[in-house]
Amino acid sequence: MVSRFRGTSGTATPVMKSRRFLPVLPIVTLFAMLGPVVAGLWGTFLPAFGHLPAAGLSGPSLDPFRDLFDWAGLPRAVMLSVFTGIIATSVSLLIVMLFTAGWSGTRPFRVIERLLSPLLSVPHAAAAFGLAFLIAPSGWIARIFSPGMTGWDRPPDLLIVQDTWGLTMTAGLIVKEVPFLLLITLAALGQADANRSATIAQALGYGRLTGWLKTVFPRVYAQIRPPVYVVLAYSMSVVDVAVILGPNTPSSLSVQIVKLMSDPDLSMRLEGAAGALLQLSLVIGALVFWRMGEVVVAGLGRRWIVAGRRGRADAVVASVALGAATTSASTILLGLVVLAIWSFAGFWGFPDAFPDAFTWRNWDRHGPGALEALGETALIAVIVAMVALMLTIGCLEAEFRYGLRFSNRAVWLLYLPLLIPQTAFLPGLQTLMLNLGADEGRLPVMLAHLVFVLPYVFLSLADPFRAWDSRMGTIAAALRASPDGVLWRVRLPMLLRPILTALAVGLAVSVGQYLPTLLIGGGRVETLTTEAVALASGGDRRAIGVYGLMQTGAALVPFALALLIPAVVWRNRKGLRHG
Amino acid sequence: MVRGLGLHKVSIAKGDHVLLSVDHTVASGEVLTVMGPSGVGKSTLLAFITGTLAPDFTATGTVWLDGQEITYAPPHKRRVGILFQDDLLFPHLSVGANLAFGLQPGGTTSERLAKVDEALEEVGLAGFADRDPATLSGGQKARVALMRMLLSEPCALLLDEPFSRLDAALRAQVRDMVFDRARARALPVLMVTHDADDAQAAGGVIITLGA
Repeated sequence: MVSRFRGTSGTATPVMKSRRFLPVLPIVTLFAMLGPVVAGLWGTFLPAFGHLPAAGLSGPSLDPFRDLFDWAGLPRAVMLSVFTGIIATSVSLLIVMLFTAGWSGTRPFRVIERLLSPLLSVPHAAAAFGLAFLIAPSGWIARIFSPGMTGWDRPPDLLIVQDTWGLTMTAGLIVKEVPFLLLITLAALGQADANRSATIAQALGYGRLTGWLKTVFPRVYAQIRPPVYVVLAYSMSVVDVAVILGPNTPSSLSVQIVKLMSDPDLSMRLEGAAGALLQLSLVIGALVFWRMGEVVVAGLGRRWIVAGRRGRADAVVASVALGAATTSASTILLGLVVLAIWSFAGFWGFPDAFPDAFTWRNWDRHGPGALEALGETALIAVIVAMVALMLTIGCLEAEFRYGLRFSNRAVWLLYLPLLIPQTAFLPGLQTLMLNLGADEGRLPVMLAHLVFVLPYVFLSLADPFRAWDSRMGTIAAALRASPDGVLWRVRLPMLLRPILTALAVGLAVSVGQYLPTLLIGGGRVETLTTEAVALASGGDRRAIGVYGLMQTGAALVPFALALLIPAVVWRNRKGLRHG
Repeated sequence: MVRGLGLHKVSIAKGDHVLLSVDHTVASGEVLTVMGPSGVGKSTLLAFITGTLAPDFTATGTVWLDGQEITYAPPHKRRVGILFQDDLLFPHLSVGANLAFGLQPGGTTSERLAKVDEALEEVGLAGFADRDPATLSGGQKARVALMRMLLSEPCALLLDEPFSRLDAALRAQVRDMVFDRARARALPVLMVTHDADDAQAAGGVIITLGA
């Protein structure tokens, strides 16, 4: 897992006090990240085969699977999981690749680039509510065009949100995955020598978009492959978006698993565990399918490159891509606007584009509850993100000092908690805790959040941490600063901005967690996200507006601070303004 | 006690390929120049002496400073100063704080500030203590970097192509200043460079690698 570089006589590191502690951090980190996943899978596996001592049942038996396959909704639930996942992933990837191919380096691209952080930090649930409030039959879009263009003076009887095909749910996933894939593509572009390749291709007469696809795309895709797999696994097994936008009759497999796991009748958990294993195998199957798709696309791509076409449709494709990227970004932003309007809305009759009056009443009514949830959310997020940050810095510093480094293959371990569907191991973790008699509550929820926060914090900080000019360390050591002195007095201050950004990423990830909070907290840990999603069935748009905005704020404010604090602290330090 | 920087049968290799072998002692106040085109591994010699050799290199031999072996000493306890071609001033600290970073601990705050001011005055930068290092000219930065290193009271000075980023006029000036200060403190100096002028100006023994 962790490879130790051969030390040399010249670098024989002296025994230092911190030596006892620092080198074990990578192990601690791996354990914090993978321990719950492995334990959870084990805890899923046993009840799926009928073994659940807490309910007085012992296996092995195949009854849980028999019950699962007897459920009439299963085929549909499985189809929903597979199709929403694969379509959401391919469409968002297609949008991001074509948009980057056609527009990188131009003004529209920079506009979207600047919107990226806010777009990313909007939690999935808030974005899903925003989308629902926009496109529902009684949503903002229908109101704006009614009755003038549509002739509707009451909401049309159309099943748009929670449609049986899961199309709205897929759209909700796409608008949230586009900014994520764009972010990682931007990171990959830097290392792919993209600009020069694109310039050469254009000099050879290729259109901007075709040239990019033929020269840069293969390298970029090789780099972004792990996060693309994460998007696929996530989209197939998402719960909060599915509860808000997905169909009910039947619901997607993940939602069904959560329903079974939350049933007061403990024996229902056997069927839930069987469903979780089915979900896991579906995701693995889809990943294999996707991998085969890559091979096919690569083969077709090679033929396309050899054919030498210069790309006559470039202009059309590029404008479609721009339109799609813009639509996706504005959907999230307009969604936030409509959430805000609803949170302040007095009476708002159907075809009116705006409410009759704006009022504080909704905030007076729901504000106190939301503030309480905000306190819980912030407490969990701050502790989890800080722990993740300390472990990450410890790992990276251990790598720097002792050459304890994740090998290339071990990097996949970082992605493992994100690739294994939450619905596959969190129910098991909950069941395991039940069997051990462990109390559900805040601390286990924090540990569960850490599993998902750690990889993102690590991935966000690793590149800037490693890119730091190590000659600064040599100079500081030559000035007789100890290794700890170098870390605290030189490296960390210089890396203030990326460190705060990583912390903000960690906070946003924790704020957005739905399933770990719900399942591991036993329904008793109430964060903004669990409260907001719980409001989905009630349909009180004003309450949802309040909670959705608070949830977005909780994720967005740290990002703003991560920009603002370094700008203030280093206002007289030009050398740190862009790095 | 033998004063100076001793390299006893030092040999640095990458895998099976030996990059360089040096067996030489630089006496106090003298300069040894190691010359060679870029890419032959000149800088790995300096990394070996500072204790920061990258893990993919292997080294044999011993390093001695003023009669003590420092081959296995931690980098921050070797008392070996180094200057790179970039000034590498800490961008988050003011000019004065950069110098104070180098200054050995001890003394009251006002005494320390006085020493910093004195050092700035010595190189014609009086009143620069509160400046952001990023606002200094190339020559000014080089002078601050030199004084920062000297304030840490090193027993030897390593120079890694230290003048190659400076333009011709500035170059001779900074070079003379560095060598003067080193001689005044009787420091053994080891310089690696690919520039014949620098080697000439150093006026000491020249070892040529990769020839």
